[in-house]
Amino acid sequence: MTASLEVSGLAFAYPDGHQALFGVDLRIERGERVALLGPNGAGKTTLVLHLNGVHRAGAGTVRVGGLEVTREHVQEIRRRVGIVFQDPDDQLFMPTVADDVAFGPANFGVTEPELSLRVKEALDAVGVAELADRSPMHLSGGQRRRAALATVLACDPEILVLDEPSTHLDPVARRELADVLLGLDRTMLMVTHDLPYALQLCPRSVVIDGGVVVADAATRDLLADADFLAAHRLELPFGFALD
Amino acid sequence: MAAGHAHPLYRAGDSVVHRLPAHVKIVVAFVFVLAVVATPREAFAVFGLQFLLLVGVWVAARIPPGWLATRALIEAPFVVLAVLLPFFATGPRVEWWGMSLSVDGLLAGWNILIKGTLGVLVSVTLAATTPLRDLVSGLSRLRVPSMVCVIATLMLRYLEVIAAEARRMRLARVSRGHDPRFAWQLGATVRSVGALFLRSYERGERVHLAMLSRGYTGAMPAFTTASASTATWSVALVPAVAAALLAVSGYWVW
Repeated sequence: MTASLEVSGLAFAYPDGHQALFGVDLRIERGERVALLGPNGAGKTTLVLHLNGVHRAGAGTVRVGGLEVTREHVQEIRRRVGIVFQDPDDQLFMPTVADDVAFGPANFGVTEPELSLRVKEALDAVGVAELADRSPMHLSGGQRRRAALATVLACDPEILVLDEPSTHLDPVARRELADVLLGLDRTMLMVTHDLPYALQLCPRSVVIDGGVVVADAATRDLLADADFLAAHRLELPFGFALD
Repeated sequence: MAAGHAHPLYRAGDSVVHRLPAHVKIVVAFVFVLAVVATPREAFAVFGLQFLLLVGVWVAARIPPGWLATRALIEAPFVVLAVLLPFFATGPRVEWWGMSLSVDGLLAGWNILIKGTLGVLVSVTLAATTPLRDLVSGLSRLRVPSMVCVIATLMLRYLEVIAAEARRMRLARVSRGHDPRFAWQLGATVRSVGALFLRSYERGERVHLAMLSRGYTGAMPAFTTASASTATWSVALVPAVAAALLAVSGYWVW
């Protein structure tokens, strides 16, 4: 079966010469939930922006559901890769939540009556159906985050990419988002510094540091290895310990 | 339509006027304003009748006059010029309560005042009965270039975000003892305006990135908006056409 995501030998340098990725290999099977961990500046965001063709690989390839990320396929790639950005205010730009959720699928050619159906399904999936006609400005942090998730779900992506989904959420909103994500049954790549969240949501973790993959293992095993974590500027929050 | 949180000029309702498609209302308001502007300034009665037409629209839309009046106050700064004109304009003068006023200036001032007031009232009426998003989609239906509509949409959305950011920055300055009552303390305020600009610019880039990631290619998807039947048009255009006819009559009768 084709993998949801297949990254091989991916290297990239920014135009200013700063090399961010030095040959990244990563394979995610359909239905897997994988956490992408690593210290600040490790290359996580750079990698994410390669997945939907915002950055083009200097060397190596990225395939999403078997389709290679190239200029010709970029639109289909962007439909297949649903990125939920860190700040929902960057993602939610339309006057109402429903308009925003319709934006993606409409760009990908979905028309009425299916469009309304998609919007409704996506809002239902994240439990904010009652907010459809509200302005994103007047939603709570947790509602905004879920609305941002819905804007991506409506595109029916092959893989969901979440950039720091738990930042700025109160504990209840954080847990509610986890419930929603666990209920989605989709392939997921979650970039996070929130290690307990990674443990809760993702059975497998990939650690990037210095532009290469330094570990790819079961999340629980990784987080139990204090020496390994310390070597890559990662640590569990105060009071947490795994053995 | 649920519009629990809308702009302060919008007054949620379910009247005939509220239910009209936005593009129809935009055209009607535009024609009405053109008619007001085209009315000769000496045709005092015509302005009165045009005002009565507006009153008719308010009754149909169930907007109380007090609500309109407070929002029409935005006109006040522009009225200053109209008030000054009778004193400073040249030409024949009349005595009024011991003041010498220019006839031409009086008429010019009246012209600005009445046309400005009617124009503002028409705009406030349009805004009061039409949610912002409908205004934008109405404009796009009227074939206003899509880039303009995108810019309007983004501006409406991010104005609030940027204002909130500015409030947080001010709060952070004030919390550190900044007290911008004195001229020499303005520097920090000016610098934070600069910082706000940079932040907004960066946000713009992030928003664009997020839009690209959802398949944005430079054109907004065409959301279907309600179309208007001939019957709707003909009813809705009544006040606008009446105002135009009144304007024309102003040249003949008065």
